[in-house]
Amino acid sequence: MATRAIDFDELHAGEPPHLAAARARAQAMNLDDLDLLESDLWTDDTHWPYFERLRDESPIHYHANGKFGPYWSITRYADIMAVDTDHVRFSSDAHLGGITAKDMDQDFILPMFIAMDPPKHDVQRKAVSSIVSPGNLAQLEVLIRERAQKIFDELPTGTTFDWVDRVSMELTTQMLATLFDFPWEDRRLLTYWSDKATTDETVPGNPTKSEREAIMLECLMYFTRLWNERVNAPPTGDLVSMLAHNPATRDMVPMEYLGNLLLLIVGGNDTTRNSITGGLTFMAANPNEWAKLRANPALIESAVSEIIRYQTPLAHMRRTALVDVEMGGKTIRKGDRVVMWYVSGNRDERAIAEPNRFKIDRARPRQHLSFGFGIHRCVGNRLAEMQLKIVWQEILKRYPVLPEVMAAPGRVPSAFVKGYTDLPVRIPA
Amino acid sequence: MAKITYIAADGSARTLVVPDGESLMEAAVANGVPGIDGDCGGNCACATCHVHVDAAWTVAAGTKSDMEAAMLDFADGVTANSRLACQITASPALDGMIVRTPLSQH
Repeated sequence: MATRAIDFDELHAGEPPHLAAARARAQAMNLDDLDLLESDLWTDDTHWPYFERLRDESPIHYHANGKFGPYWSITRYADIMAVDTDHVRFSSDAHLGGITAKDMDQDFILPMFIAMDPPKHDVQRKAVSSIVSPGNLAQLEVLIRERAQKIFDELPTGTTFDWVDRVSMELTTQMLATLFDFPWEDRRLLTYWSDKATTDETVPGNPTKSEREAIMLECLMYFTRLWNERVNAPPTGDLVSMLAHNPATRDMVPMEYLGNLLLLIVGGNDTTRNSITGGLTFMAANPNEWAKLRANPALIESAVSEIIRYQTPLAHMRRTALVDVEMGGKTIRKGDRVVMWYVSGNRDERAIAEPNRFKIDRARPRQHLSFGFGIHRCVGNRLAEMQLKIVWQEILKRYPVLPEVMAAPGRVPSAFVKGYTDLPVRIPA
Repeated sequence: MAKITYIAADGSARTLVVPDGESLMEAAVANGVPGIDGDCGGNCACATCHVHVDAAWTVAAGTKSDMEAAMLDFADGVTANSRLACQITASPALDGMIVRTPLSQH
C-alpha cells in the first residue's frame, strides 16, 4: 500500500459496513481501472473512499477509460478552486462538451449561460440575476414561508410518508412555479422536466436519448405558450416575462430559451430538493447537532451552510482545457475533459477540519465548494440558503422531536446530481 | 500597517489596525465586521467581500484585475468605487482609508 500522507484511521472508526467494504476495494484496486462516473458508486453511496485515495495519491488523475470518454479528476479543494476560477484556460462552452462529464449531445445543443464563456455568458447571466437579488428575495421570502408552512401543516403524523415527495420536491417545485409564475395545477411538470433533463440514457430504466429529447421539446412547447402570453403584455417580474422583455434575451432562438429554462429549472429544483432531504438525514444521524440547533436556533444559518457542504448536491462540474495546462506535475492537454469533484473537495482534509463530520457550528461554514467559485458560481445561492433556512425554522417551530427517518434513502443513479429518490419519514403523533 | 474604517449599511463604523500584507477582507472577517463574508477565502472567486471605497481613496486602493472586474460584474449595487476587499492589501499608503460595506452579501 502506498504511504499515506494523512492518518485517517480515527475518522473511519464506526463507519457503516458497506463503506468499510468499499474502502477495502478502493485501496486494493489499480487506479487505472477506476471510473467515478459508474452509477453504482452513487446509488450505493460508496464513492467516498475512492475520492479519498485519489486526493491522497493522485489528486490530478487521468482516467483513460471513462464511461463517457477519457477525463481528468480534480479532487483537492485548492486545485478545484484553481480550475474553477480559471475561465480563461478552462472553458464551459456547450460546443466543447459543456459542464458535465457526459458531453452535451452535439446534435441537441441546449445553449444556457452556465455552458457559455464570456462575453455572452455575462450578458445572459445578468438578465436573470436580478430575480435573485437581495431586494427581490426579501419579497419572495414571505410567500415562500407561507407556502412552506402550508406544506408542513398538511403532513400526516403517526404514519410513514415520503419526505422527498411531500416536503423536498413540493417545496422546491412551488418555489420554482412562483418564480416562473407557472400554472399552479401543472407545477409537477417542472419536477418532471427537471428530473428528465439530467438523466443518463446508459442507465437502465432511464429514457433513451430520443425519448429525453422529446420530453425536453414538450417543455419548450409549454414554455413557448407562456412566452407568447407574456411577451406582448407589460413586464411582470416573473422569469419568463423577464427573459421575454430583456434586450439580452428577448431574441433567443427556441433552443436557447429551452436551455436557459432547463438551467433555471434544474438549478432551482434538484439541488435545493436534495439538500432539504439530505439535511434531515444528517440531523437524524447526528442527534447532538440537532440538540445544538434546538438549544441555539441562531445556528440556523451556519447549519444551512454545513448541510449544503455535507450534501454537495451537484457532485461535479466539468470544464474543457483550451490550452495545455501544467498542474501538480501533470499536463492537461488542450481539449481534455476536466472534472472538478466538488463532492471530494468538500471532504478534503487539507482544507476543512474533520471534513467527514457533520458539524453545524464550524468556524467558517460558508467556505465550501457546493456553489462553485468564479464567474459560474451559483446565481441562486442566496435563494437556496433562504429556502433551507425556512425549512429548518419551520421544523424547529413544530417538532420538539426530529421527524423520524424510518429507512435509508434511495439515491439517484447519477455522478452529477447527487440526490435522493425517496426517504421514508414518520412524524411522531 | 494601516488604520482602516469600515462603515456598515446602518452607518455604524469600526476602525481596525490592519497589518501590512493582510487583505481588508481577512481583517474584516477575523474581527467580525458586519457585511463581509469572504466565502472563497480570498481567491477573488465569490464576490462576497464587496465594498465601496471612499472617493478619496480609490487611487490609493489600486486597480482591479480582470478577474476582480469579472466577479464584481455579478455583485449587487456595484458602482465605480466598488472593489473586492480581498484584493486590497494593507500598506502604509492606505492608512486612514474608509470603505463602506453592504447590508448582507449572502
